Amino acid sequence: MGVVQGDQMTLNIGPQHPSTHGVLRLEVMTDGEIVSKIKPHIGYLHRCFEKHSENVTYEQVIPFTDRCDYLASMNSNFGYVVAMEQLMEIKVPERVDYIRVIMGELNRIGSHLLALGVYGLDIGAFTPFLYMLRDRERILDMFEYTCGARLLYNYMWVGGVSHDLPKDFEKICIGFLDYFEPQIEEYNNLLTYNKIFVERTADVGVIPADVAVSYGVSGPNLRGSGVKWDVRKDEPYSIYDRFEFDVPVGNGHFGTLGDCFDRYWVRMLEIQESVKIIRQALKDIPGGDVHQALPKKIRPPKGSIYRRTESPRGDLGYYIISDGTPVPFRVKMRSPAFTALSCLDEVSRGWMISDVIAILGSLDIVLGEIDR
Amino acid sequence: MTSAEIIAVIESQFSEAVIENEDLADHQVELDSAHWFDIATFMKNDPNLSFDQLECITGVDPGEDSQLQTRYNLHSMEYRHKIEVVIRHDRENPKVASIEQLWRIGDWFERETYDMYGIIYEGHRDLRRILCPDDWEGWPLRKDYEGQESYHGIVVPKIKEEEGWE
Amino acid sequence: MTVDMLIDWFATIGNFPALAFILAVVISGIPLFLIMALNAMIAVYVERKVSAFMMDRIGPMGQGPGLHAGKWGLLQTAADAVKLLVKEDTIPDSSDKFLFKMAPYIIFIGAFLGLAAVPFSSTLQVADFNVGVFYIIAVGSIGVIGIVMAGWASNNKWSLYGAMRSASQIISYEIPAGLSIIIPIMMAGTMNLQELIQFQSGSVWIVLPNWIIFNNPFSFIAFFIFFISAIAETNRTPFDIPEAESELVAGWMTEYSGFRWAVFFLSEYANMLVVSGLAVAGFLGGWQSPIPGLFDTGAWGLFWFMGKLIFLIFVMMWFRWTFPRLRVDQLMHVCWKVLIPIAMVNIFGVGIWKLIFG
Repeated sequence: MGVVQGDQMTLNIGPQHPSTHGVLRLEVMTDGEIVSKIKPHIGYLHRCFEKHSENVTYEQVIPFTDRCDYLASMNSNFGYVVAMEQLMEIKVPERVDYIRVIMGELNRIGSHLLALGVYGLDIGAFTPFLYMLRDRERILDMFEYTCGARLLYNYMWVGGVSHDLPKDFEKICIGFLDYFEPQIEEYNNLLTYNKIFVERTADVGVIPADVAVSYGVSGPNLRGSGVKWDVRKDEPYSIYDRFEFDVPVGNGHFGTLGDCFDRYWVRMLEIQESVKIIRQALKDIPGGDVHQALPKKIRPPKGSIYRRTESPRGDLGYYIISDGTPVPFRVKMRSPAFTALSCLDEVSRGWMISDVIAILGSLDIVLGEIDR
Repeated sequence: MTSAEIIAVIESQFSEAVIENEDLADHQVELDSAHWFDIATFMKNDPNLSFDQLECITGVDPGEDSQLQTRYNLHSMEYRHKIEVVIRHDRENPKVASIEQLWRIGDWFERETYDMYGIIYEGHRDLRRILCPDDWEGWPLRKDYEGQESYHGIVVPKIKEEEGWE
Repeated sequence: MTVDMLIDWFATIGNFPALAFILAVVISGIPLFLIMALNAMIAVYVERKVSAFMMDRIGPMGQGPGLHAGKWGLLQTAADAVKLLVKEDTIPDSSDKFLFKMAPYIIFIGAFLGLAAVPFSSTLQVADFNVGVFYIIAVGSIGVIGIVMAGWASNNKWSLYGAMRSASQIISYEIPAGLSIIIPIMMAGTMNLQELIQFQSGSVWIVLPNWIIFNNPFSFIAFFIFFISAIAETNRTPFDIPEAESELVAGWMTEYSGFRWAVFFLSEYANMLVVSGLAVAGFLGGWQSPIPGLFDTGAWGLFWFMGKLIFLIFVMMWFRWTFPRLRVDQLMHVCWKVLIPIAMVNIFGVGIWKLIFG
């Protein structure tokens, strides 16, 4: 059984728990209220994505990628098709690129809204969650109008997209963006500048920049620690190099650089940047046939590729090995939430249990992506 | 620095560790597993290479009668250059030094590769399964994996050859 | 009817003082219990609707009796009550069964006793104590024992955490509450609730009613300190860390289900009523009308009291759905390093004010 050290108590958070963002078990060793070690236990949602993808064709892998990160399905698809198109050296029509960027950014807004709303819920503010979900519903309505699905789209195919934009989509989208931008002020007044919220999140769970890079933390979590790294700008894919947008970086606004508030604040600013990108894309989108470049049969040349893209949670990487047949030889998904969760132990040493919940919420994990 | 230059730098320090392999692309290099920890330390700390980010560790099983592989994708935030390191392991007794103390994400990535392929990372402080339950038998992602019949009394379903799931 | 009136009336019938006393107490207890139950039912419905409208949704709705939850969802609470009564009574095997069963009743007793002294109007008050204010504050502490018993007896680390947090929170916040309620006592010179309310008749500063809150700036601040401490006493957000849903599942109430949980709920809403009642009586003039001289006869008193009470309860609900919750050490910091010093300064201030201005 081991030696009991002083007044150490071992607590279990999960697997069923209101704020573990999925089925996650945290074994927490505490001394009173102060945490001394956390052992996360994952694997409750393991659905053998990588083994399955060795038995189905390349197109049939795309719905599987949807279900890994179910809150950002468009971006999961996007990562996979970008990697495949680089492997097969396919050039997609411009219209397809614009549509993919619009859908990816809309999904990014939806995912961040959910992440921020749920974070407020963890801290105890019940109302912003419902406001943010109400606005996310409008985004899901737009997705449903386009491809028929609200959450898991199977939308981006290798060489194109499954459905073209429907009639009046541009008008509906601009209408949504015009309604949505002032809402961000409301969220800030309700939650961001609230003194209690700031007290709970500022100076809590600081991740120094070098620790973040060593733990492979990426995306808003890394930018919250002050490192300006965004795959859309630093290793651009699709047509992201044509758009003008900033990369928000944490700056210790209310507390220390790299605390929970910085990560929250970076996500809030990223929503505004995504709105900018969508407006620019909708203005310049060309016409064309979206199914033009779809290959009749996907049979990539022998070889391997590792390509990463920017999902709302960070660097989403796909390592694909092809052996010349229509069935993949190996597909590995490098999920950003997996790396974010791995640093939970080191970051939460010395904080209280309420802070562990705050830190976990600020890392924005999705268990579907971690367990695949 | 391009991949060829990076490989040249590594070769100049550890000439016997780089193994020629025509199957690999330009951005990949195969290294000998015996010197891996020293090479990794050099790659991280050398001021010209400065590989401070381990992007991904992938395990690969090229088929029966071949050696298991571990592939490490490394990236430098400072110079923005990348390299992919391939290390091959003996199928009967696959093992290599663990680099989890250099790049802390190696901790979980190596546990995952161990869980799926059975590759032992020596020096890892807490090598146990991460996605499968702790008492699962077998290495799931190997090509010759046969699932166990039952797990604590629950029947483990099998894929039939032509018909799919039973 | 107050207990005294009943005893006098029994005395006119015959001479049996002991039996008369017991009968009077029991008869006055019944409307009290009915008030508690009614308050819980209405307060739960109001809370669900208020929270729904604040969150841009509509809450429980229905089309008519028998169809879903009654028109506008009015029968929802009745449906919930019936469900809780017929639910299976589960007691964890490894719990301390006697303490587990006693805990809800101890909390209930605390709330019930407090309700006895709340002055609903000049004649509607169950027991008119000479030390009414002191009695309510004292009796409000009984609940802590029940909470700690519930947390301990559940034999569950989460419940234990919640119970310990709750005990420290309630005990700490009683101090600023007590220090603030001293202000009305100092100004009126009496702890009797009816006399306290009588003192607040007339007007001050020409247009404002002579309520203690408007009397001087120190008592104005004292009201807010009392109100904040009252919210902390009743374990409502932003001070609901003991039952923090997102962290501790349900804190010290985790293992309770069915009727026992309903008793906890009943007590929480009754507690809200008691502390709001004390705030209204002490600071907001009780059943006095806001326009001195108008609308202040008999039944109007009940109307004004209930109006102010409902407003304060609405504000408590408003806070719950707007603010996030404080962490345990921040809670303690607010109490000991912010509220208590301000409350002490208030006492000095009021004393000096009374000295100078009479």
